[in-house]
Amino acid sequence: MTETTMTNTSPPARPEGLQGIAADWASDQRAFKNVSWGKAMMWIFLLSDTFIFGCFLLSYMTARMSTRVPWPNPSEVFALHMFGRDIPLILIAIMTFVLISSSGTMALAVNYGYRRDRRKTVILMLLTAALGATFVGMQAFEWTKLISEGVRPWGNPWGAAQFGSTFFMITGFHGTHVTIGVIFLVIVARKVWRGDYDTGARGFFTSRRGNYESVEVMGLYWHFVDLVWVFIFAFFYLW
Amino acid sequence: MVDVTPGSVEAIPPAEVPEVELYHPHSWWTTYVFSQDAKVIAIQYSCTAIAIGMVALVLSWLMRLQLGFPGTFDFITPEAYYQFITMHGMIMVIYLLTALFLGGFGNYLIPLMVGARDMVFPYVNMLSYWIYLLAVLVLVASFFAPGGPTGAGWTLYPPQAIMQGTPGGQQAGIILMLVSLILFIIGFTMGGLNYVVTVLQGRTRGMTLMRMPLTVWGIFTATVMALLAFPALFVACVMMLFDRLLGTSFFMPAIVEMGEQLQHAGGSPILFQHLFWFFGHPEVYIVALPAFGIVSDLISTHARKNIFGYRMMVWAIVGIGALSFIVWAHHMYVSGMHPYFGFFFATTTLIIAIPTAIKVYNWVLTLWRGDIHLTIPMLFALAFIVTFVNGGLTGLFLGNVVVDVPLSDTMFVVAHFHMVMGVAPILVIFGAIYHWYPKITGRMLNEALGQFHFWATFLGAYLIFFPMHYLGLMGVPRRYNELGDMGLISDSAHHLNAFISVMAFIVGFAQLVFLFNLIWSIRHGREAGGNPWRATSLEWQTPETPPAHGNFGKELPIVYRWAYDYNVPGASQDFLPQNDPGDYAGAKGH
Repeated sequence: MTETTMTNTSPPARPEGLQGIAADWASDQRAFKNVSWGKAMMWIFLLSDTFIFGCFLLSYMTARMSTRVPWPNPSEVFALHMFGRDIPLILIAIMTFVLISSSGTMALAVNYGYRRDRRKTVILMLLTAALGATFVGMQAFEWTKLISEGVRPWGNPWGAAQFGSTFFMITGFHGTHVTIGVIFLVIVARKVWRGDYDTGARGFFTSRRGNYESVEVMGLYWHFVDLVWVFIFAFFYLW
Repeated sequence: MVDVTPGSVEAIPPAEVPEVELYHPHSWWTTYVFSQDAKVIAIQYSCTAIAIGMVALVLSWLMRLQLGFPGTFDFITPEAYYQFITMHGMIMVIYLLTALFLGGFGNYLIPLMVGARDMVFPYVNMLSYWIYLLAVLVLVASFFAPGGPTGAGWTLYPPQAIMQGTPGGQQAGIILMLVSLILFIIGFTMGGLNYVVTVLQGRTRGMTLMRMPLTVWGIFTATVMALLAFPALFVACVMMLFDRLLGTSFFMPAIVEMGEQLQHAGGSPILFQHLFWFFGHPEVYIVALPAFGIVSDLISTHARKNIFGYRMMVWAIVGIGALSFIVWAHHMYVSGMHPYFGFFFATTTLIIAIPTAIKVYNWVLTLWRGDIHLTIPMLFALAFIVTFVNGGLTGLFLGNVVVDVPLSDTMFVVAHFHMVMGVAPILVIFGAIYHWYPKITGRMLNEALGQFHFWATFLGAYLIFFPMHYLGLMGVPRRYNELGDMGLISDSAHHLNAFISVMAFIVGFAQLVFLFNLIWSIRHGREAGGNPWRATSLEWQTPETPPAHGNFGKELPIVYRWAYDYNVPGASQDFLPQNDPGDYAGAKGH
């Protein structure tokens, strides 16, 4: 069956206003006209993941608000002793700066990817991965420090036991996301370096041909992980 | 001319997405086992779900043995009874119904019905099944673990779920249960992303959203809901796992167990209930919405009449999906809540009755003066409407705080949810299997066996669950392994329990007949041809039956109309397939 069977070839007038929006949205083939399958899938996954982090953070807030035991003071707990005095939140400030910077390098990598500048793309992606790995490393340092001071999932020297449990659970879950991101950044960077997206080489598992949009989809995930960190930072360290 | 589908395209626009390359299997293993074809994955999902569902069926028999004839069977200890009840509930709700509707019917029908070659990411789709299988195996493993599976009830409420008195609470049972659920959610997410993106971005030319069969709308909306509701269960499982393994106190308050003060302090059991039911209530509709969609198509096809109020049907599905996220605390009226919350959640709960009633009226109005063929799928569809109305009405009882409180934790609740989300969706599953089996295998299921199966199941299920309302009103509590000599419970309750148990066995055996029919008809069923029901939607228009890899031969179909053009005045036959370009009076608006 081909198009020639259609007699009415002139497109009908599009409805205006809200009806036009609805008509576009409900039109055939694709609801989002300029969005590829991979990008749509990543967005929907991130929406689902938002609910996971949302549930974690809401549970944390419930625990913190309902406990009758005092909550440890974040300014003191997360302070580092440097230059002869305690500086509150200094490590977290640096970690946050590193992670937010990595979003910048990621955005640049996406741009250079679409310009087919493989060299710069790879450098920027690896830089992003390095910043992400630095973040995870500093998180490991933070965990080590807290553990050596006696913080455990089931208790800590300063107050509510839920402090340790929510802290390790939420930062751990976020750190896992960052680690997975670093691994996939390296994988995608390797593909860019080999020119897989120029030659249309098939993926090892999926046997689909990739293209430079993979860099952007990777970037979506990375920015999401950064954004989640902003919320964790605000709710956990600044509250 | 009735303009049913606004915004429909009159001129078919050119293809926006170039043809995708499918992964072509090279061996038996990649064709039938590690297949990336959504249809094979669908069959794998369905067979696994039915297999584990049979386990749950046997568990329900064991429960009924105990309830009907207490004290007769020594091997059903109180602990074992709780384990049966827990695993029966969990398996039926998650591993059977969710997996079969979304993983089974979703995988098979979505690509065929929207005119796609396959799901958008077949490899991820394949992983989805294998992780689901792993989740099922972990679940089954808990039967063989020391201490047996968990006996915490399917809601797994802490603190009891992870304490000594509960079977599996301090052994492996609860751990395996939680791990299995986490795996299921990961696996489901992989599949669910595929279903959603395929519906949104992978449709064929001319297939607008408002031309999709309601089956696709139901499965699509349910999948979106599942992607947003399962995270809450995921988080709850992770946190309970930590409570059990690491000694954290997310859900565990300061508590004394066997005369000893536990290390836990300060956790909130109510928090778990909120997380669980934020998943648990949408879950009801995750199971119900695909059933709504499928039953709409069955009724329209077998009554040879267009579905009444298509647009309202779509909006009702979407509305129910959205509303179901703000009603969860009606499961917690007796948990202790601010009275205003009870007021709010009772109101939202009752509001859901509106879109649901719209759907029921529309089904009935579709039947009104239709050319009703009492085929087996149609019988099941009609049975569904009756059962669903029945279960829905008792839902109105339980949605009201003042009526719910005395009825909480009685058999009335058991009767309600078995009617509305047990029997009703399963009737649709049966109807759907009888309807689509000819497409999947190329042969019809045996009619006589089907008649027997239908009447035994429908009447039997009523005889099982209808008396339970009475038991509940009498005050018979649920989750008690025997009633003993409670003064408030009259003798009739005991007789009724024995009667229900006998009926449960009969209905269970009818399902074995159905299984036999499924297997026997693969070889011996009547040849079906490509479109035995003379249906309009795209899956019946494939060049081969069963559809080959890639579904539609060389060229994807072009869609010119909605899926409900039955008995159109002036048309040459009593149905017009969606890819039929023929013009007729009134065709344009569709």
